[in-house]
Formats: sequence, structure tokens, C-alpha cells
Amino acid sequence: MQKKRKLGRGVAVVGAGMSKFAMFKDKDSKDLFGEAFREMIASVDKGFDPGEIDALYLGNFTNDFFVHQGHWGPIISDLIGLAPKPATRTEGACASSALAFREGVFAIASGFYDIVLAAGVEDMSKRTTEEVAEGLALATVPYEGRVGFTFPGVFGALATAYFAKYGATREDLMNITIKSHSNAPLNPKAQFPFSIRDMMNAKIESAKKKGKPVPYWEDEKSFLRDTAANPVVAWPMHLYDCCPISDGAACMLLVGEEIAKNFTDDPLYVIGIGQGSGRGLHACDDLTYFEATRHAAKEAYGMSGLKPEDIQFSEVHDCFSIAELIHIEDLGFFKPGEGHKAVAEGLTRRDGPMPINTSGGLKCKGHPVGATGVGQLFEVWKQLRGEAGERQVPKKDLRIGAAHNLGGTGGTCTLTILERR
Amino acid sequence: MEERPFSDISYEQYLNEERLMGSRCKKCGALFVPPRSICVSCYSSDMEWVEVKGEARLAAFTCISVGPPFMIAEGYDRKHPYCSGVVELEEGARVDARIEGVDANKPEDIKVGMPLKVKFLHRGEGDSLKTYLAFLPM
Ligand SMILES: [Zn+2]
Repeated sequence: MQKKRKLGRGVAVVGAGMSKFAMFKDKDSKDLFGEAFREMIASVDKGFDPGEIDALYLGNFTNDFFVHQGHWGPIISDLIGLAPKPATRTEGACASSALAFREGVFAIASGFYDIVLAAGVEDMSKRTTEEVAEGLALATVPYEGRVGFTFPGVFGALATAYFAKYGATREDLMNITIKSHSNAPLNPKAQFPFSIRDMMNAKIESAKKKGKPVPYWEDEKSFLRDTAANPVVAWPMHLYDCCPISDGAACMLLVGEEIAKNFTDDPLYVIGIGQGSGRGLHACDDLTYFEATRHAAKEAYGMSGLKPEDIQFSEVHDCFSIAELIHIEDLGFFKPGEGHKAVAEGLTRRDGPMPINTSGGLKCKGHPVGATGVGQLFEVWKQLRGEAGERQVPKKDLRIGAAHNLGGTGGTCTLTILERR
Repeated sequence: MEERPFSDISYEQYLNEERLMGSRCKKCGALFVPPRSICVSCYSSDMEWVEVKGEARLAAFTCISVGPPFMIAEGYDRKHPYCSGVVELEEGARVDARIEGVDANKPEDIKVGMPLKVKFLHRGEGDSLKTYLAFLPM
């Protein structure tokens, strides 16, 4: 019997900032972190002295590999004037900054610190696509890499298992891509702020300009079925099933619950925080769900006393389209095997009953891996405070939002639930 | 020979010798392929080597167009994709393997559930000899 988890002291989020996500030739980790940090300071409604921050927890997967520089804790701590106060780097592949957030929460909950910066950063685009693939593959399970599995390959394999068990097809995954791309144009920080229709029109315009044969597609799905426009990466994963290579940074200011109102009248409270680990394709319980996500959800729901239906919207880790489909089932938003039907019915659209990835998701917003976890929580912050602009979830009394983050091929998964009171 | 440690290195050595080997917990009977030295069912470290027959069923697969450097070196690329998969052994355990003898340009013809048998793919020579676990359609 699992013990009911609780924090020794309540923790609140009182500020948040995120850089734009994109491939930046002329910006590095420090530049991007500076952007996120300045926005975070400006977001603290009643203002605060950054000199009061007690410690930094920084998620970074492998800048060591991407830019040949490791040990980013003190570099960022120095950048923001925090040194000689402590900086701790957390690594959980693509879930690195969700772990930073979690460690920051625990540091405050323990009573040791009062004000903590939880953050993430990654600078991936200075390498070739092949090198980035090699860097990301550092986070697969060794047995998988040895037989030729790539990241998209692992998720492609999970898709074939899901298809075989539940009768879903690539068409179902296309619904997810089209939905994410419908949210992205409303997010000014997204790497690809375009709908699929926008991308089709751009290709047509470009062909006309170059005097090449003008392509014709009847609708978005016929565009996605066209392997000239949407080539295979690791079947059934095609280009538009995969997130891009991105650079970016994000940070959040965490404080003890009892001092939160000194910073803002509108703090968000950390009411659920869960984490799990996975065992890889050969050893997991089943190939149609992520056991690490299910464990993380159990912890987070157990701590909050909430059920999946109490979550009003969620950011969900969609490094690949199939990942979003499986996760909305693992998190309990839909029954196993029914997620693809829910997506087809539009239930996960921004104006649907269970909005998923209003930010555009990793697919469109971008996926600077170490910054992604806090970047997802940034979207929850924006939505719960009613600051999401045109992409604001059209629900009355928006109070509870969640962010789910996955690292590697399911090795590290987290679920974080925030509440506006 | 049966003195080998229950490790990934031993697993690979056995593959070089064309044997697919796992470990079985003497206390609770749980089977692990690749081998484990600690039983994750009962935490015993009392293990024995078991050779599996190499008959399996395809549990999941992918046809990869953009592969890692060592697969590109074997001649695979966008025009010549390869298939990697997860297979469920007749004895119950699951392993990751290359899937040979299928057309990775026609993934629609590759079926989850299809019966497979083991094949040991030797690549390189001397010190750089490496054996990949593969499965072929029956
Ligand atoms: Zn045992």
C-alpha cells in the first residue's frame, strides 16, 4: 500500500519566465537564460529583490555534448548574480527541469530554503541533425541503441504495438498533429507558430515562386499522407509526428506558501508532484503505456487528493505524436485504448472539455530538452492566471492545471499539478 | 563457461557464440533476457544461466530511415531503411533485436504477432567483431 505523500510545508509559484524557443545561431544558453530570468522578475506582481533567492535548481540534459561545456549550475548562478549561493544541476534527459522544479519544491518544503529558482536550459542547434540525434540517443536504454533503435524508432515501435492492440492508425496520430498546430499560431513563443494549412500554403507559394510544379492537397490529412511533404523518419513516425531541435530556457520562482502573498495576490500552489522511472522496451510491463507516467500520476493524484477528471487542462509530453496519445490515457484523462477516439472527437482541442497542449506542445512550441519541463509549467502558469491571451482556455473558473514531462524513452516521467485558489 | 557473471558483457559474448542466453532466479523462477544479476521479483542474487530456443513473436517494430552512424556504415539510409523490433520469446521474456528478412520499405506488410526465429548477425573482424541479435520471419 502506497503511503499518501504530502509536503512538509506548502510551496507556491510566484513568478515565471520563458525565452522564445527556436534554433538560434546567435544566442547561447546564457543569452536565453537571461531572457527567461528578466521575464520572471517582471512577472512578480509586487516586485522582489533577486538577491533574496536562496538557491538555484537547474535542469540541463546534455549541453556537455551539444556545446562541449558541462557544469552549468555555477555558470547560470553567476549569470544571474546568485553566486556564491548554491546551484544544483538535475539530469533526467528531456525531463531534467521537471526534476529541478521538484527538487526546488522539496528544498522549500523541508524548511531549509524560502525562495528558490527552478529552471532549465538547453542549447541544441549548434550541432548537425545527425549529431543531435546521437546526443539524444545517449538517453535510450542501452539494449535499444545496440540494435539500431533511435529515439523516433522507439516511439514508432510503441505506435505499432498500440495500433495492433487498439486498432488505431496513422490517421489518428495526424489528428494530434493537426490539433497541436492549431494552437501554435496563438503562442508568440512557439518555434513553429503555424497551422498545417499555413505550412501547406507556404509550400505552394514557394513552388510558385521557384517555377516548380505546384503541389495540391485536398486537406490537411492528404498533406500529411504525402511522403514528399511528410517523409518517414522511423515508420510509422513521419516528420510531422516529431518535435523539432530547439534552444531555450525557462525559470520559475518558488516560495514558502506562508510568504507567497508578499510577492503576489495571485500565487499558484503546488498541490501534486509525482515522478516515476521506466525500464525500457524489453522489460516494461506492456508496450502500450508508460509505467513511469502511471507511477508519477499515482503519486501526484495521491498527494493532491484529486482524480484525473479534476484536472481542467494539461500540458502533456508530445516529443512524438504517439507519446501524447499514450500519455492522455496514462494520466487517466481517457481510458486505455480510447485516447485516439477522444482526439478524433475533438475532446482535446483548446475549446474542448480536456484541452491538451494549448501551447502547441513540444511539436510546435519547440523542445529544448532541459528547459521543457519548466517551459510546460510556464504554460500552466499563464493559463491559470488568465494571461494566455488568444490561446486562453475558454473555461469559467480555471483553477487546476497540470504538466506531464517525459525523459528519454520513458525512463523518467513526472506529473505536476498547480492550483489557483 | 557456466561461471560467467550475469552481465551485459557475458550476454554479448554468448551472442558472439550464437547462443541467446538469459538468467533464471533459482529462488522464484523468474526469467530475464538479457540476464540480470539481481532478481527484480524477489531480490535474490542466486541465478543460473538459461539458453532460450530463439523462437518468438513480433511485439512491436519500426522501419528506420534516419539511423545512427553504425547503421549508416552498413549502408542503410532514407532509400534503404532497416527494421528494429521488440520480440516476445516463447519462454516469455522480451528482447530488442534487429528484424531481418523483411522489406523495411513496405512496413504495412510487417505484422505485429508474426512468428520469428533467431539469427546471429556477425559484423566486423578480430577485435572489432560484433554480433547483433536479429530475428527472421519463420
Ligand atoms: Zn527471484
